Amino acid sequence: MYEHDVIVVGAGGAGLRAAVAADEAGADVALVSKLHPVRSHTGAAEGGINAALQEGDDWELHAYDTMKGSDYLGDAPAVETLAQDAPEDTIRLEHWGMPFSREDDGRVSQRPFGGLSYPRTTYAGAETGHHLLHVMYEQVVKRGIQVYDEWYVMDLAVTDEDDPNDRECHGIVAYDVQTGKVEGFKANDGVVLATGGPGQAFDHTTNAVSCTGDGHAMAYRAGAPLEDMEFIQFHPTSLPSTGVLISEGVRGEGGILYNNEGERFMFEYGYANNSGELASRDVVARAELTEVNEGRGVKDEYVHLDMRHLGEERIIDRLENILHLAEDFEGVDGLVEPMPVKPGQHYAMGGIETDENGETNISGLYAAGECACVSVHGGNRLGGNALPELIVFGKRAGRHAAGDDLGEPEIRTGYGDDVEDETDTELPVQPGNAGLDTAGGVAADGGVAADAEGVLEQTVERTRERVDTLMDKDDGVQHAEIRQKLQNAMTDYVNVFRTEEGIKKALRIIRECREEYQDVYVDDPSRTFNTDLQQTIETRNLIDVAETIALGALVRNEFRGAHWRQENQVRDDENWLKHTLISWEDGEPKIFYRPVILEGQDKTYEPKVRSY
Amino acid sequence: MSTQQQEPEQPESQEAPEDPEMRGAESPVDEKEKQGGDIDQQTTPESELEEESVLIKVFRYDPEVEGKQEPRFDDFHVPFEKGMTVLDAVMYARDTYDSSLTFRHSCRQAVCGSDAFFVNGKQRLGCKTQIADLSQPIRIEPLPHQEVVKDLVVDMDHFYDQMHTVEPYFQNEETPDASDLEEQRQSRENREKVKMSTRCIWCGACMSSCNIAAGDNEYLGPAAINKAYRFAMDNREPADVKEHRLRILEQEHGVWRCQTQFSCTEVCPKDIPLTEHIQELKREAVKKNLKFW
Repeated sequence: MYEHDVIVVGAGGAGLRAAVAADEAGADVALVSKLHPVRSHTGAAEGGINAALQEGDDWELHAYDTMKGSDYLGDAPAVETLAQDAPEDTIRLEHWGMPFSREDDGRVSQRPFGGLSYPRTTYAGAETGHHLLHVMYEQVVKRGIQVYDEWYVMDLAVTDEDDPNDRECHGIVAYDVQTGKVEGFKANDGVVLATGGPGQAFDHTTNAVSCTGDGHAMAYRAGAPLEDMEFIQFHPTSLPSTGVLISEGVRGEGGILYNNEGERFMFEYGYANNSGELASRDVVARAELTEVNEGRGVKDEYVHLDMRHLGEERIIDRLENILHLAEDFEGVDGLVEPMPVKPGQHYAMGGIETDENGETNISGLYAAGECACVSVHGGNRLGGNALPELIVFGKRAGRHAAGDDLGEPEIRTGYGDDVEDETDTELPVQPGNAGLDTAGGVAADGGVAADAEGVLEQTVERTRERVDTLMDKDDGVQHAEIRQKLQNAMTDYVNVFRTEEGIKKALRIIRECREEYQDVYVDDPSRTFNTDLQQTIETRNLIDVAETIALGALVRNEFRGAHWRQENQVRDDENWLKHTLISWEDGEPKIFYRPVILEGQDKTYEPKVRSY
Repeated sequence: MSTQQQEPEQPESQEAPEDPEMRGAESPVDEKEKQGGDIDQQTTPESELEEESVLIKVFRYDPEVEGKQEPRFDDFHVPFEKGMTVLDAVMYARDTYDSSLTFRHSCRQAVCGSDAFFVNGKQRLGCKTQIADLSQPIRIEPLPHQEVVKDLVVDMDHFYDQMHTVEPYFQNEETPDASDLEEQRQSRENREKVKMSTRCIWCGACMSSCNIAAGDNEYLGPAAINKAYRFAMDNREPADVKEHRLRILEQEHGVWRCQTQFSCTEVCPKDIPLTEHIQELKREAVKKNLKFW
């Protein structure tokens, strides 16, 4: 058994920032990640970090833009914390050596981004995330923080009180990918989940193969609600063949979108008469697909993004990485021809419900970064707001877990007297694990002793049994087949445009996947670097997470932010100024709602029509 | 659909590497291939590849599985699609034919640095190497000069250790506190100076290609020296820190070991001029020593 004060799961931007903060607060901290830190998907972020740094800009403008971008589903205390802390935390990165792009006077450069009222996206070429990730890892090395890399965290050691709000998290159970041994890690003060997004629930995604929603699924099964999971951002400019991301920075620098008629459709067809290509991401993604659906797409599949008019010098200076991506992954030279682009799953606005200190309803369990939902992004995340979220809330979660007093949070978590139960929606199939053999593994429910070491030991035991069961089975279904079926269902039916019938189809297929998973087996008999085993466990996590996305999409019958419903194509503030929460109770998802907080420090954010 | 042609039972069908050094420990290095392998003269025309399959020969080794303890090559026929990369091909083989086929990969877009392999005799990133640019059959092996953990997975610990040796973190005076925090100034020119060096994704291709690193286990290697360059050339660090960095670099297993063979520069998937950076640091080290002489 290993023991530390604070254990951070995942070593991307949020995890590394949390670890550094916990270390600075005096805790003995360890990072446990299925990847070596520099392999994390933060490294693929291109665009930049929104922060009100310049005179003429103001954190309040940043907060306003973020709230509007969220389609009034962000919680004001979270949104304002982000906007207030982002400048300091961005400048701190600079002091840690981050190679930001520079102006003539030597100050850091900032550029316009979609949905922003001021050019406040701080960037380092078109590879901002790569630099952020490496700078944060450098700080971890400098501080000598212990890293357990290529350890796959499978479960959380959480007590089993009936009311999830009474439960406590005492550690994690992980297996060493290199040797296959399963070990417990005791966390004396807290566990911070920073496991990134669940993009692999979809077929066409900009996300890495490693983005499998592990933290979401573990927290969910342990009793922490998942919040606003239906809000999935589809990035308007991913390469059609691979899903590789083309940064919004291209449009920020002046790149133009054309349909197959050569029309600048964002203006010509009135999708965004003021902002055009720089409207919010959900607006642009829907516009592109509408063009394709109405027969104005190129090869009936995509549209063109043209940056040639920017000139070679400017492109090389600010967007060089984009040239390489378009060349290597689509065979297109962005200097001589327009690049093909279409919407691809990119980001999950929802996630593990936390307060503004990163804490969940389970004592000692924190979440930060994409896997968390504070909620800053609400119905739609603005470009350039993910990286500041990593550093601001990673830092806060790390500090709080280490015992720093950050004040009483205003945001509430877990099922309580301020929530409303879901009662209306009819489900096409029984969701959750109910009725199925649970050998595939559930986390927290069932027979766990109350003291910290006992909880950890029993969780280790259960995890070892789960691994043995998967390894001992000699035939059945392989996970890759189930995963592909799940991904196709999500991309076919829970995409940019959603219908009740489609979502119900997806839920039926997810149920089939769950049933098939009962027969899953791991063919590779080796304990050495068994990625077959790891991916089989990831696939189970994806099933649980995909189901919450589809359930959220089904119950929210309105059009808000990135979530569009055919049956009710308007934002319904009367009924839906509330978060969707789904918690796992005895193997079944329970759905309830919590009102959004629109009251900020000094003002209330009144919902307005969102036009760009 | 093609089928897998895997014949582990018949030794004559395998291309068991002849170099005894690789058995169980080192990955295969065929010197001849290594020298000339980067030029694929027989590139298959795209039209011929369409609706055809490609043959990949993948190195297999597992220390604890019977039949895989002796390294071997498995053949996989993978249906070709335009734009297919080496990573796509091994993923297809794994997901369709043999789920035990093991390799690291994550981002699929050449930024996580997980999937550097030895492809047709050259270190390359699987995800940004187009199948159409390679001659067939395509040999896919783990990075040479590193211990093989399993199949295409090598032990990266030594690489990471070397990276850590150069104190790979920014060193300046203490960061001012919260309220009046302002950025340090840096000229565009200076940022440009370090730009290429900051692109390193720690894939290990350069280290694996380096003859000096192969013969001297303590040699810092191109990636670590480049990391040091990234800081030493950054004007935001004070002069005394730069001198400290140069002292680390001019030690016995530092910059002076480099014999400017350019193999690292040739294989770098991010086009970092590694050899030039090493040469520049040699000059800087000389200048520093003249100053203090």
